[in-house]
Amino acid sequence: MTINTTVTGTELNIALEGRLDTNTAPELEAELKKSVAGITSLVIDIEKLEYISSAGLRVLLSAHKIMSKQGTMVIKNVRDEVREIFEVTGFDEILNIE
Amino acid sequence: MEMDKLTVEAKTENLEEVLGFVDRHLEEKDCSPKVSVQIDVAVEELFVNIAHYAYSPGTGSATIGVEMFEDPAAIAITFTDQGKPFDPLAKEDPDITLSAEERQIGGLGIYMVKKSMDDIAYEYKDGQNILRIKKNLDTL
Repeated sequence: MTINTTVTGTELNIALEGRLDTNTAPELEAELKKSVAGITSLVIDIEKLEYISSAGLRVLLSAHKIMSKQGTMVIKNVRDEVREIFEVTGFDEILNIE
Repeated sequence: MEMDKLTVEAKTENLEEVLGFVDRHLEEKDCSPKVSVQIDVAVEELFVNIAHYAYSPGTGSATIGVEMFEDPAAIAITFTDQGKPFDPLAKEDPDITLSAEERQIGGLGIYMVKKSMDDIAYEYKDGQNILRIKKNLDTL
């Protein structure tokens, strides 16, 4: 998985590419831990994310919980295969998906 | 129908090898991306479950068996380990209607497997956990 991070003021944009699974989810978790302090707007662009498992959902949920205390988090450009997983797990109701 | 088998040490580091083994069978069938992702998710959740819990704190092996069917096209995947008896299907489904604050993440993986597969069965036999999933393939 590739993680591309852009910070503009208090806005953090994270673009994910590849697979967010058991082995790569810790990389995203570490990146968020490092970058999220002082951020009021987190945008996660998953246009190029092909796959997500429960390990990936776990990291998105914890990011969502952190951001709901200090600002907003939006997920954008969701592919059909990934959207299907959000729907099955009820994550489409929890996360702000654009 | 003969079962194609792969035996690896049950460690998360071997997840890619396991997925690659299953995906090779799917590629031959021109399986749709949606079904292919559902199957990968199921394989990941079940293999990682074995890697984390079956032999904990020790280690052991897991065997993944693949059977392909025609008319209708389907795949069956069997996970076998010699670890502690554990039926993942016995776990209660998570409440997916709760808000983010109340959501517990545990049990989500196996829930995804139950929702997306057409058939799932567990048995403990001859000292082995045997879990078999089956999915119909809506081929392109």
